[in-house]
Amino acid sequence: MKQFVLASLFAAATALPAMADYTIIAPANPGGGWDQTARTMQTVLQEEGISKSVQVQNVPGAGGTIGLAQFASQNKGNPSALIVGGYVMVGAILTNNSPVSLKDVTPIARLTGEYEAIVVPAASPIQDIAGLIEALKADPGAVSWAGGSAGGTDHIAVGLIAKAAGVDPTKINYIAYSGGGEALAAILGNQVTAGISSLGEFEAQIQAGTLRLLAVTAPERLEGVDAPTLQEAGLDVVLENWRMVAAAPGLSDEQKAQVTADIEKMAKSENWQKQLSDKGWMDTYLAGPDFEAQLEQDVTSTEAILKDIGLVK
Amino acid sequence: MSAFEFLMQGLGTAADPMMLLYALIGVTLGTAVGVLPGIGPALTVALLLPVTYRLDPAGSLIMFAGIYYGGMYGGSTTSILLNTPGESASIITALEGNKMARKGRGGPALATAAIGSFIAGLIATLLLAFLAPSIVKLALVFGPREYFALMVLAFVTVSAAFGDSALRGLTSLFLGLALACVGIDQLTGQARLSFGVPELLDGIEVTTMAVAMFAVGEALFIAGQRVQVEDEVTAVKGSIWMNRRDWARSWKPWLRGTFIGFPIGAMPAGGAEIGTFLSYATEKKLTKHPEEFGNGAIEGVAGPEAANNASAAGTLVPLLTLGLPTSATAAIMLAGFQQFGLQPGPLLFATNPTLVWGLIASLLIANAMLLVLNLPLIGLWVKLLTVPKPWLYAGILLFATLGTIGANPSAFELGMLLAFGVLGYVMRLFGYPIAPIVVGLILGPMAEQQLRRALSISQGDWTTLVQSPIAAVLLGIAALALIVPLILRARGKGEVLSQLAGEED
Repeated sequence: MKQFVLASLFAAATALPAMADYTIIAPANPGGGWDQTARTMQTVLQEEGISKSVQVQNVPGAGGTIGLAQFASQNKGNPSALIVGGYVMVGAILTNNSPVSLKDVTPIARLTGEYEAIVVPAASPIQDIAGLIEALKADPGAVSWAGGSAGGTDHIAVGLIAKAAGVDPTKINYIAYSGGGEALAAILGNQVTAGISSLGEFEAQIQAGTLRLLAVTAPERLEGVDAPTLQEAGLDVVLENWRMVAAAPGLSDEQKAQVTADIEKMAKSENWQKQLSDKGWMDTYLAGPDFEAQLEQDVTSTEAILKDIGLVK
Repeated sequence: MSAFEFLMQGLGTAADPMMLLYALIGVTLGTAVGVLPGIGPALTVALLLPVTYRLDPAGSLIMFAGIYYGGMYGGSTTSILLNTPGESASIITALEGNKMARKGRGGPALATAAIGSFIAGLIATLLLAFLAPSIVKLALVFGPREYFALMVLAFVTVSAAFGDSALRGLTSLFLGLALACVGIDQLTGQARLSFGVPELLDGIEVTTMAVAMFAVGEALFIAGQRVQVEDEVTAVKGSIWMNRRDWARSWKPWLRGTFIGFPIGAMPAGGAEIGTFLSYATEKKLTKHPEEFGNGAIEGVAGPEAANNASAAGTLVPLLTLGLPTSATAAIMLAGFQQFGLQPGPLLFATNPTLVWGLIASLLIANAMLLVLNLPLIGLWVKLLTVPKPWLYAGILLFATLGTIGANPSAFELGMLLAFGVLGYVMRLFGYPIAPIVVGLILGPMAEQQLRRALSISQGDWTTLVQSPIAAVLLGIAALALIVPLILRARGKGEVLSQLAGEED
C-alpha cells in the first residue's frame, strides 16, 4: 500500500511537466465548495478516461473574481483550461467592480446546486416562516440574520425575502460571517434571530433538533425535507446557489463543442452521480443555450437586488 | 460502551501495523509541509484527498490527523532556526526561539517546542475525547461581544508585552492595524484601501507579511551592516538537550499554554494565533527571569508552542460536535468525512463512535510518533546554524520567496513580500519592534468585525458590550492590565517596570 501511495505521489510529481489534458482553476482556497467541485471533476474525468491528466490549481480571493480575472487574461483560446465558478461570482463581480465578468469566459455547463435554508435556533419563539416574516414587517432592524459574506447568495436571499414581503431591503439587519460555518455558531449560540445558508450546512443540526428549519428557497418541496418553500408561504423567491464550469475565452466552435461533450460525458457518468450523492450535492446539469439564458437572467436579477440592498450603486 | 472502552478500542484499531504506517506517512509529510512556508497542511490534505479515496476511511483519516499535528510541529522548526515562521501560529515562537538559537541554545529551544507540543497535544486530545460536548456548549456562549472583549484583552496584554518603548510598540501596532483595513470589508462587501488592485481585495496575507518582516527584513539588516561583524557561530553551546534548569522552567508554561490554547482553539472564531499571543504575554508576566525575555527566554518558546498544538486539538471540537470547520485544514478534513458518507455533527459521536474514537486514538498515536521522529532530528537541525551567514541568509531569502509564490502565484504578492521586507529592515534600523505589526494585522480585522457585528445585533446600543457577564469580566481584566502599570509608574515604580520589559526584536 505504501508503494501505491508513493507511486501515486511520484506519478503526480512526474506528470507536472507533461502537457495536461485539462487544468481546472478553483478560484478559492482548498476545502471550499469550488475547490471540492474542481477536485471531484479531476477524479471523475481521470477515472472515466475522458482525460489523461487533470491538474487543479487554487487561485483564491475576492469571491472568485481574482481567479476569474487571471483565468480570462492568461488562457485566451486555450481549450485545455477550465475554471469552476458559481452564483456567488455573479454578486462578487458586481460588488467588487470586477473588470472581468462572466461575459469574458465561455460558460460550459451548470453542474450542481444547493438551495438556501432559513432556520432559527430551537429555543427561538418563532415557529414558522410566517412568524419570522411578521417580526420582519414589525421591525426589520430587530430581526438579525446570520449568513455568509456580504453580497453573497445568503445576503441576496435575505434581500429578496424582504422585498417580496414588502419590507425595505435597505433596512435589513444582515450580519455577515466568513462562511456558513461561522454563521452556524452564531445561530446555535442564540446570538441572532435567524440564519440563512445552504441547506447542507444546517442539515446535521436540523436532524439533531438544535435548529428549526422554516423554509427553503426551492421552487417545489424537496424530497426528504420537512419544510415549505417560500412560494408556499406567499413569498415569490426562488434561489439556487449553483456551481458551474467555464472554459477560456476565444474558443472556436469546434473547441467549445469538444469541451462541452467532455463535460457532458463526465456529468452523465455513474461515477459522477455517485460522487454527487456521497457529497449530498444535487445534480442540476444544464448546458448550452438553456444555461446561457439562465445565466443572463441571474445576472440581471442579482444586479437589481444588489442595487435595492444598496451594495451596488 | 463507555468512552474509555471506545478509546481503547480505537487505540486497538489505530495500532494496526498498516495504520501505523499511514500515521508515519502523515506525520512525515506534515512535518515537511510545516517546515516549508507557503505549503500549509490544508493544501497537503487537499492534494491527498483524491489519493485517499482508494483507502479505507480509518486509514486516510489517520493520515490526515498526522499531517495536521505534523504541520504544527514543523512550523516551529524554521521559526526557531531561521526566524522564518512557516505558518501564522508559530510567529510568536520566532521571538524567543530564534534568540535562543543564535546563542547556541537552538537544541533546547527545539526540544522544549517538541516536548511541549507533545504534552499539549496529549492533554488536549484527551480533553477533546472526554469533554468535547460540554466544551462546545461553552464555546457557543461566545458571541460577537464576547469575542470583541477577548480581542481587547489580547491587544492590551500583547502590546504591553512588547518592546521597551511603549510609543514604538504602539506605532508598530497601529501600522499593523492600518494595514489590516486593506481589502473587502466583510460586513458591507465594500473594498477599502485597495486602490483598484485586485490582489489587495482580500487584504494582506498574514504569512507573506510575517515572512517579509521576520526573514527578508532580517536578511537585509544583516547584509546592510557595513562592518562585517565576526560570525559568532555558536551552533551548540552546552548540551543540545534540555538541562535540569530548562525542564524546571518549561513544564509550567507547557501546562499553561495547553489550557490557554485548547479553549481558544475550540471557539468557532478563536484561531491558533490568539492562544499563542496570550500565552506569550502570560509567560512574560509570570517569569522569574524577565531580563531574559527578548533575549531568548525558554518560557517564551515553551508556552506558545504548547498553546498552538493544544488549539489544533481544540479546532476538532467544533468539527466533530457541530460539523463546523474553523480552520482550512479542518474544512478539508470535513470534506474527507463527507467523502466516506459521514456527516460530522451533533449525532456523529452517537452514530459513528468507532470512527470518532479511531480518529482520536490516531491523534494520540500521531502525537507520540512526532516526538519520536523529531527529537533525534534536533541534532541534525542545529547543524543548519553552522552554515556560514551569507549562505544561510541567501537560503532564507530563496525559501521565503518560493514559499510566497507557492502559496499565492502572483507577481504582486512577491512585490509585497519585498516591500514589507524593506519596511521590516527600516523598522529594525530605527529600533521599532516587528511583532506588534503582525499582531495588529491578525487581530485588527477580527476585533473590528466582532465589534460591528455586536453593535449591529444590538442595533447600535453600545451598552451591549458590557451586558454579557463574560464580556464584562474580560473587559475588566483588560482595563486592570492597562491601569495597574500606570498606577505603579505614578508611584515611582517605573524603573522596576522598565526592567521588567526586556529588550525585544
